[in-house]
Amino acid sequence: MSSMARQLLSGDSAIALGALHGGVALGTGYPGTPSTEILEYLAHIGGRAQWSPNEKVALEVGIGVAYGGARALVTMKHVGVNVAADPLFSAAHTGVAGALVVVSADDPGMASSQNEQDNRRYAVAAAIPMLEPADSQEAYDFTLAAIEISERWKIPVLLRVTTRVCHTQAPVQPRAPAAPAPAPHFERDLRGRNLIPANARPAHRRLRQKLAAMAEWSETTPLNHVLEGSRELGIITSGVAYMHAREAAPEASFLKLGFTHPLPFNKIAKFVRSVDRCVVIEEGDPYLADAIRAAGLSVESKPEMFRFGEFNVERVRRLLARDFSPEPARPPGKPPELCEGCSHHVVFQALKNLDCIVAGDIGCYALGVLPPYSAMDCCVCMGSSIPIGLGLRHVLPPAEAKRVVSVIGDSTFVHSGMTGLAEMVYNPPSTGHVVVILDNSTTAMTGHQEHPGTGRTLDHAATGKVVYEDVGRALGIEKVHVLPLGKDCAEFQQMLKEALASEKLVLIVARRPCVLAAKNIREYEKLAGGNAGCERCAAAPEGLTP
Amino acid sequence: MKTPVNVVIAGLGGQGVIKASDILSEAAFRSGFEVKKSEIHGMSQRGGSVTSDVRFGPVVLSPMVPPGEADFLVVLAPDQVEVNRGQLRAGGGLITPDMIDPAALANRKSFNVALLGVLSRRLEIPEAQWLAAIHACLPEKLHPANEQAFATGRRAGEARLKIS
Repeated sequence: MSSMARQLLSGDSAIALGALHGGVALGTGYPGTPSTEILEYLAHIGGRAQWSPNEKVALEVGIGVAYGGARALVTMKHVGVNVAADPLFSAAHTGVAGALVVVSADDPGMASSQNEQDNRRYAVAAAIPMLEPADSQEAYDFTLAAIEISERWKIPVLLRVTTRVCHTQAPVQPRAPAAPAPAPHFERDLRGRNLIPANARPAHRRLRQKLAAMAEWSETTPLNHVLEGSRELGIITSGVAYMHAREAAPEASFLKLGFTHPLPFNKIAKFVRSVDRCVVIEEGDPYLADAIRAAGLSVESKPEMFRFGEFNVERVRRLLARDFSPEPARPPGKPPELCEGCSHHVVFQALKNLDCIVAGDIGCYALGVLPPYSAMDCCVCMGSSIPIGLGLRHVLPPAEAKRVVSVIGDSTFVHSGMTGLAEMVYNPPSTGHVVVILDNSTTAMTGHQEHPGTGRTLDHAATGKVVYEDVGRALGIEKVHVLPLGKDCAEFQQMLKEALASEKLVLIVARRPCVLAAKNIREYEKLAGGNAGCERCAAAPEGLTP
Repeated sequence: MKTPVNVVIAGLGGQGVIKASDILSEAAFRSGFEVKKSEIHGMSQRGGSVTSDVRFGPVVLSPMVPPGEADFLVVLAPDQVEVNRGQLRAGGGLITPDMIDPAALANRKSFNVALLGVLSRRLEIPEAQWLAAIHACLPEKLHPANEQAFATGRRAGEARLKIS
């Protein structure tokens, strides 16, 4: 499956191939565009990969793998790093025995994301090294380099990619697989890995010493290199912006930065001095430009308009020509919509009919905000629907509070909905609250990945299953209903109406497999040989469980 | 530096825009060109606009066709023609869905491959590489229908392409 021939691969697939050739023992992550395909391809080519309930858990499993002396790859989209930030910062302090590579897939332009954060800031904040590949070949090469760097300095490494790197197919020439990792074994390091303050203080100093050593290495590594061209124009750049810039200004000299934290300030200073005009070309935040200017070097940064959206050749031409006039807007395309036959139609029709105030969440059902329903009042981050709904209930006048409903998808519920339910039981609003889990039995938005609630692993084999209604009851929710959704919204609407009127804490699990995934789900269930999943599809005939 | 051939394929989610660009990039790669293929997906399965850029030649740097520099624009949905027309350079080739009669196809889902057949008349990619790419990118049971669609497109492509 992983031939050594030159092949066309997406950046995501190239990272997976690099991980396989780099001897990664386990890949973990949570699906999120544009990172999702990394683990899927790793499993496809024979590596070991598994979905975790969320990014924090995925990283913590990865830390365990690396504490055991093995090599771990952990993948997530940019906002996933927010969820995983707590263990990331601490793992930087403890260090690792094996290798720990964390992929942050950023989404400049927000093709499929709720914000445009630039995760290069995380490398600085967590004090870890960072690599930024520009295409699929570099995605492959830099994954191998990240493993080496992580093992050499015993530190987590951030492999920061963007949508255009992840989702561009380009040729990749694989190389001979890396030397295998030593056999995993446990070595006790009580002071190194127990971050009580007495241990954490020296750990912080050790971390800064590692960074200082890596800053020296950054000056000499070929990951940061100069392409000599004209003296008149020098460009400092990283990631896919390098490709746009080379095309926009083929005559220029380039300092191409692949290892972007810690930065090679001596090399940068030498480059700045070697050219008449030096421009920093980077997507997103002015991370490089700010750091270079703070080091006392005079470079041109970009005006605020270039902080937004992706770069392309045209935008780089404008930047270099100092043409800061308003950019022409591209004609809007057709926005996405809920699929025909999607069970979310039924739910949003009822929410609209009852004029609910809807605290929504992340997933396909976020499309409920668009016409014809316009029936979602907020969508902030994974799992936020339940606590935000509770907050609204706490302060709104009763007439409004009684209209508040939290809706959350099944994968999102497992990701970070359960703590919201605990909050609901612990601090119940006086008007009660209603939570609806939209259980379509898959992680639909990112392309139908399995999760702990489907009872199947990443490669669709049967495994243990989290049952939401059982979780709700175990947490102490008074009323838990399971409703298999039909084509008509009347039954769901009636249940919702009664739930709202009851002023109790109510959990409704509204269930019907995603229309795009249903056929495959039936196949997986048949292959698994059991009918465990089918019980769920059928549920109770009355649609209600006590 | 020699500039690459720039192709933009556009349509709606579920029409096979990305599959068509997979086949084109595979065919170009098999013909010895450097290739980059880039698209935005994620929301694309939900019926929204989808475009995919394919660039091939001796050297390809940016993965995205610069606005207004497409040599060819292949559009799978009639209502996506105007939205994407600005991608095409002056004198570039526009391939529209009305060039193929879906009723002439063994399987209407092969419409994307039929439009590639039209495009193939204008590109320096040998027919054998197109067929090899179709075989590489699609499961075996779909090969006959897609070969038929590709051949249908090639016949239609003999007629002069619309010039924008």
